[in-house]
Amino acid sequence: MLANLFKSSKLSSFNGGVHPPQHKLESTRAPISVLTIKNAQQVFVLPLRQHVGKVSKLLVNVGDHVLKGQLLANADGQMSAAVHAPTSGTIVSVQDQLIPHPSGLPDIAITLQADGEDRWVEHHAMDYRSVSKREVLERLREGGVVGLGGATFPSHVKLREEAKHPVDTLILNGAECEPFITCDDLLMRERAEEIVRGIEIMQYLLNTKECIIGIEDNKPEAAQAMRDAASKSQILIAVVVVPTVYPSGGARQLIKILTGKEAPSGKRSTDIGIQCFNVATAYTVHRLVNHGEPVISRIVTVTGKVARPGNYDVPLGLAVGELVALAGGAVENTEYIMGGPMMGFTLPSNHVPVVKAMNCIIVGKPEIFPEPPPAMPCIRCARCADACPVSLQPQELYWFAKSDNFEKARDYKLFDCIECGCCTYVCPSNIPLVQYYRYAKSEIIALDKAKQAADIARERNEFRLHRIEREKQERAQKHAQKAAGAKTESAKLEAAPADAATKAEEAKKAALAAAIERAKVQKAEIAPKNTEEVSPQIQADIAAIEARRAEAGLAEVAPQDENN
Amino acid sequence: MNRSPYITQAPSVTTIMLKVLLALLPGIAAYVWIFGGGILVTLTLASITALASEAILLKWRDRPIKPFLMDGSALVTAWLLALALPPLAPWWLVVVGTLFAIVIAKQLYGGLGYNPFNPAMIGYAVLLISFPAIMTKWPAPLLLAQTPLGFSDQLHFIFAGALPNGVLVDAITSATPLDYLKTQLGLHHQVQAITQAPIFGVLGGKGGEWVTGAYLLGGLYLIQQRIISWHLPSAFLAALALMAGVFYLLDPAHFANPAFHLLSGATMLCAFFIITDPISGPTTPLGKLIFAAGIGILTYLIRVYGGYPDGVAFSVLLFNIAVPLIDAYTQPRVYGHAK
Repeated sequence: MLANLFKSSKLSSFNGGVHPPQHKLESTRAPISVLTIKNAQQVFVLPLRQHVGKVSKLLVNVGDHVLKGQLLANADGQMSAAVHAPTSGTIVSVQDQLIPHPSGLPDIAITLQADGEDRWVEHHAMDYRSVSKREVLERLREGGVVGLGGATFPSHVKLREEAKHPVDTLILNGAECEPFITCDDLLMRERAEEIVRGIEIMQYLLNTKECIIGIEDNKPEAAQAMRDAASKSQILIAVVVVPTVYPSGGARQLIKILTGKEAPSGKRSTDIGIQCFNVATAYTVHRLVNHGEPVISRIVTVTGKVARPGNYDVPLGLAVGELVALAGGAVENTEYIMGGPMMGFTLPSNHVPVVKAMNCIIVGKPEIFPEPPPAMPCIRCARCADACPVSLQPQELYWFAKSDNFEKARDYKLFDCIECGCCTYVCPSNIPLVQYYRYAKSEIIALDKAKQAADIARERNEFRLHRIEREKQERAQKHAQKAAGAKTESAKLEAAPADAATKAEEAKKAALAAAIERAKVQKAEIAPKNTEEVSPQIQADIAAIEARRAEAGLAEVAPQDENN
Repeated sequence: MNRSPYITQAPSVTTIMLKVLLALLPGIAAYVWIFGGGILVTLTLASITALASEAILLKWRDRPIKPFLMDGSALVTAWLLALALPPLAPWWLVVVGTLFAIVIAKQLYGGLGYNPFNPAMIGYAVLLISFPAIMTKWPAPLLLAQTPLGFSDQLHFIFAGALPNGVLVDAITSATPLDYLKTQLGLHHQVQAITQAPIFGVLGGKGGEWVTGAYLLGGLYLIQQRIISWHLPSAFLAALALMAGVFYLLDPAHFANPAFHLLSGATMLCAFFIITDPISGPTTPLGKLIFAAGIGILTYLIRVYGGYPDGVAFSVLLFNIAVPLIDAYTQPRVYGHAK
């Protein structure tokens, strides 16, 4: 009945969007090819930060021999994720290495040299219905499950049932709206049943009433496979085909299309009873819970200037260059894009490792994507506003960002920008609008932080002045008392009230200190206005923004730690 | 450079401007047919003046000359001003108006993208205030002139101000229908009687209504090509027609019917080519409706009650001033925000 309801219900839509050339056919002709490790000398590099949140806690030492699937670094608290060995071998180093990050900055990573045996650590399935939900979530946390749509938000955090925000609707994102990327498409075509098993676990954990899979209509085979698999499930899963329009795969955009509802700005989608996951995440949940296999591989689309474009099931940590070479592409004298052409970034090196966030590698960036002509002034044609999926006024934001008018930019909802690139895509003047917004966002965050620091300093100074003044008064009082005591015999009698006065003074001091402490805590809570209490997707987006900002050398990497 | 998106799909500024020029061609053709080839001289004069002054100003301002000359925006300004001027305007009038539009209204404000006022309308308004006599004297359509001028005669007149022997200025010029209507109404004649004069055509001014119709055609092409949005012309024409309709219904003897207003003067040129200048106009959909409707209402009021026969230029300029305000108060609701 519910399924019928979905089929007959009309889909909603968001403002604007664009229709870039798909370039998906190139990489969908061949089935997923699974790469196995046979080479005993194969090296894997595993960054300890492949997710949004705290860097994982290292559990191994250089020289340790580890087995495939063995925990190498555990999640540090709730907002973190674990890292596992993609094969059996020896830990050869733990040091800063170049990682696939737009900043081009090195980060701490484990290097593992394979022994060629590819021997599994002892692992077992979990009957998730017979244990507590806490245990299942704990397994997800230890299994390194993160959002594989690119956001890499720890999934166990999103799968926690919250009494305050019950989740009625579970949305599985199979839209995959970015051009070139087809890893979710192929996964749905080939492993639909396993995705559905994962969805069942998610549905069980969140206790949702309904479950919808959204797939763009350019993936009919995937939609059919998912429909077939869903029909065999004990739970009701509706497969809804949505029109192909970029960015329908943005979580908030997909929520709008499928439910007609909008996740409130700056809040999580769970505020309106909706939780959204990528289909590939559901697949890893299934592998982990029903087979005991942690996240040690992922499917990566390799496309562009390669002889064999397609999708590869790659062990994490393999060098991108080696993967590209396997696909028949150049490793030297070219550049790779990680992600799609709308939101991706140029890899700082072709030898960085495959990580959980890597959904696509486009080989041959300079040849496929020539530099745009020089930017012209904005002619206020408002094509950007027509294309903006969030209904912003990009031409105004551009003006404010360019003139460093950050307050205005904030007023015009700069922080609702999802950096999808639609505005730049349609700009007749070739203005790199998204770059301006990233700049303005980072400046605003930096200014907020500076202001916060200044406030604390001012408070400290005020307190110090207050203390000096008080001590002066106390001294004066003491002097007066001494003088009085020397003159009169009754000095002793007055000692008691003087003591009382000092005590009262101390109590005052303590109260003041406490008040200042409270104020500080409040400040700290208020300060990152735009980034706290946002949905996991937005958190993840922020992480991505931070990353890009770091690339521009504008702020330190990953301040999200403090927001979570 | 590491910047996503790596792909774009947009017409260049040059393409947009060239399409605007292309859309003006039917109107120009009709113009030549009705008023003779003199307008081609005016257009050429304005174009050369615009490009030359733009190049000089760009050089003075230390800006790259080639990309900004190639963007076509100076030509659009020049053509719109030329088409708004009387067809046989003396050469210096064209040059002064164009210079004012390009140098003062555009380049001194920062060039392409930075002009708060429509440059062509600034040029027009300056000329109208400074030289009202010349600006309101329009040559009669060729088919009405007692002695129609040939192209060489028109050329001679534009550059030397001299007419062939025996031809008087009054023989080739006449008031425009809007002007004539206004003066005759001032003399307590009734609309029905006034519109019997030969300068009136079926709906608008004789001949002029064809030019207007051709502008409409070009305008529809621009909408089809998504160069301009439908909001602006629709709201402008609707507001003008509504104003004219209400007054006409109340007192048909003293107010011309809506069709006359739609097909007279600069109505269509204004609807599709002038108020659609994106730089000096609003950007929000609702803002565009308000802006255009406001100009429509004001144009009507100036035509009927103002001191000038047509009100397009001043209406546009007045509403250019209001654009930041209109934009600020018509922001669409952002995703995830309550209205």
